[in-house]
Amino acid sequence: MFENLLVQGLSGLASASSLFLVASGLTVIFGVTRIVNFAHGSLYMLGAYLAWTLVTNLPRGHFGFWGGVLAAALIVGVVGVLIEVLLLRRIYKAPELFQLLATFGVVLIVQDLALMIWGPQDLLGPRAPGLRGATEILGVRFPLYELFLIFVGPVVLGLLWLLFHRTRWGTRVRAATADREMVGALGVNQRLLFTTVFFLGACLAGLGGALQLPRESVNLQMDLAIIAEAFVVVVIGGLGSLPGAFLAALLIGQMQAFGILIFPKITLVLAFLVMAVVLILRPYGLLGRPPASAHAAQVVEPPYPPPSPAFRALGLATVAVALLLPPFLGDFALIVFTEIAIMVLFAASLHFIMGPGGMASFGHAAYFGLGAYGAALLVKHVAAPMEIGLLAAPFAAGLAGVVFGWFCVRLSGVYAAMLTLAFAQIAWSAAFQWVELTGGDNGILGVWPSDWARNKLAYYYLALLLCLGATLLLRRAIMAPFGYALRAGRDSPLRAEAIGMDGFRIRWVAFILAAVAAGIAGGLFAYAKGSVFPTYMAIPRSVDALLMVLLGGVQTLSGPIVGALAYTWIHEQLMRLFELWRLLLGAVILLLVLFFPQGLAGAAQRAAEKRA
Amino acid sequence: MLEVEGLHAHYGRAHILQGVTLSAAQGEVVALLGRNGAGKSTTMKAIMGLVRPTGGRVRFQGQDVTGREPFEIARQGLGYVPEERRIFTELTVMENLDVGRQPPRAGLAPWTPERVFALFPSLGAMRARPGGRMSGGEQQMLTIARTLMGNPRLILLDEPSEGLAPVIVERMAAAILELKREGITVLLSEQNLHFARLVSDRACVLEKGAIRWEGTLAALMEAEEVRAQYLSV
Repeated sequence: MFENLLVQGLSGLASASSLFLVASGLTVIFGVTRIVNFAHGSLYMLGAYLAWTLVTNLPRGHFGFWGGVLAAALIVGVVGVLIEVLLLRRIYKAPELFQLLATFGVVLIVQDLALMIWGPQDLLGPRAPGLRGATEILGVRFPLYELFLIFVGPVVLGLLWLLFHRTRWGTRVRAATADREMVGALGVNQRLLFTTVFFLGACLAGLGGALQLPRESVNLQMDLAIIAEAFVVVVIGGLGSLPGAFLAALLIGQMQAFGILIFPKITLVLAFLVMAVVLILRPYGLLGRPPASAHAAQVVEPPYPPPSPAFRALGLATVAVALLLPPFLGDFALIVFTEIAIMVLFAASLHFIMGPGGMASFGHAAYFGLGAYGAALLVKHVAAPMEIGLLAAPFAAGLAGVVFGWFCVRLSGVYAAMLTLAFAQIAWSAAFQWVELTGGDNGILGVWPSDWARNKLAYYYLALLLCLGATLLLRRAIMAPFGYALRAGRDSPLRAEAIGMDGFRIRWVAFILAAVAAGIAGGLFAYAKGSVFPTYMAIPRSVDALLMVLLGGVQTLSGPIVGALAYTWIHEQLMRLFELWRLLLGAVILLLVLFFPQGLAGAAQRAAEKRA
Repeated sequence: MLEVEGLHAHYGRAHILQGVTLSAAQGEVVALLGRNGAGKSTTMKAIMGLVRPTGGRVRFQGQDVTGREPFEIARQGLGYVPEERRIFTELTVMENLDVGRQPPRAGLAPWTPERVFALFPSLGAMRARPGGRMSGGEQQMLTIARTLMGNPRLILLDEPSEGLAPVIVERMAAAILELKREGITVLLSEQNLHFARLVSDRACVLEKGAIRWEGTLAALMEAEEVRAQYLSV
């Protein structure tokens, strides 16, 4: 028993070191640039792949291995510089969600590039020369390489501390973490500072990945797996705090090591639960500080303009097409039309909290997926008919909205985005790991509509009726006094509270409404596909929703509808025509973020305003 | 040394500066006077490049610096001391000074921590103290000292006397006169006419984003209607 605990504890420490290498880069980059770099996991993965190529091609021995590992880290650093100079530099002033989304675009691009270069199979690296064997600690055999990793974490922490406290560059970086603008006014070239910080952060991620080579196989899933954990570590530690990241990495490393012994079923959930608890007790993490200018940079959004006659006509025409065209369509087109109707509601539900609510959500797929699972679980376990399933869907999602929303609406900006992401990951891991209930990765099959709706056309009209109805209700809510209160709270929270509005409650109710609407969409999606999988709640699905909203434009009423139509179509075309659709989707995201920050509907509105 | 011509600036749709024109000659101390919201701070930020001007020109030592990056303007020898002080609270006094350090400038005796501490002796006694654990007056001294480390030829001082105890205000005035003796040009914004009188050669009175009156401090004290119209609260 004791031996077992010791080995688990030591393994936990070794994992903590790797986690810290990635998280430290992430936190240093965030501290200075205020960008949460989703692509940090991709840099980690690149580090591992590059190290594999270098180490297997260089002569065997110490030089070949360690030289390859270090060279991989440096090359990743250069890749980081390219990302910073070509992309991030242009969006430092953009809203946080745009930055997250842009770096997610990089994730997609790197995934397909890695697939092109290294292929889909897992790659196994050689073991580290000189550290191949095992040693005995208190009578327990323990691999030498793991022992080496245990020391890497504290050594890197020490070196970083020296770098930040004993060099002029480090002093400037710490000053810029507190007040970038002031550092610029004192004559420091911020651009160069940001680029060098990005280089350092990327090197650390690359080193973290490269050092994994002797431990585990290199594969294409490494990026999102590590980034989710690194987010948790950084948020628990406090964004921007190095010692915090170290503490949190130790905590998560141990939790996972012992979690396997105690709760093997929920190891994935555990980390996110800890994160949620920490954020509730200390909203800015263990050693973090509240952002300096929390409400200084508020932009007040102008009211929604009434639609122009032309726009109204276009809207009516769209509805007419949606109603009248389908009887003449084939089954495949009907499936696409059904999916579009569902996505319009999904996007509208996210838009409801993002646009009028001004809240960020990076985990909206949770409510979509819980709606789908709410229906599918009833089908699987009590053989419920579709009518009951479709009623259960919004109920399940709404319930999650009540619980998760209660936490999420307390935070704002990056922290809210992180917390929503954490809750979505909890939901996802539950669906993934709780095999008895949910079927795990195999999902739930046989979720079919009742007989009267089994015909594709009938189901389409059912979906259209529910989605159009719910979307119009959400729109009605935005124009009702409730919507006014929501927007007032978004634009000047203090004033809204001062005239007696309960901002927390208004945002909470909005969050629940959005969850319910997403749940309806999820339930309809489950019956449309006939099956339910954990991927319905995974990060990419949340990103789909965000892309639809941002593509349409956050601060326009028609945005989510335009966005859902455009995105579903683009996505469909890319997936059908190109094998490397991720690469293209990533490129589309980058183009959108760089050139259409107001979205399509926003850009059209601007153009119309200019003409007027 | 500094010539500002018809400077305009906006915050969103609000038109804050509506054509500010002013100048400061080598070694002069010019006071920018005006009520809250007249545009004093914005003028300074627009000169420094922290707010992007939407019209007009800023020339420093004969060179056009309009719309350049703040760090480039700072490297030309323009120092900026913000109203909110903006000390790096996590950094010690010495580290704060180190962030401000720039290479020496021809014709100016370079500033060192020792010279700065001679000007503000109380800072010398707390070299290792974090900026966050200093009093308001000490922070005000540190923010000026930090800017001096960049060896500026001209300093923009935004409301240096705001919120300070009378003793410290006098110390500030003495320091500004000392800088003037060193040949440094100063443009300071003030609401405190008494303080401005202690240190300034000339005054520019700002209201609603434009200069409404200009002259010596003595002339301003004579011109009661100007003070009543633009300065009295």
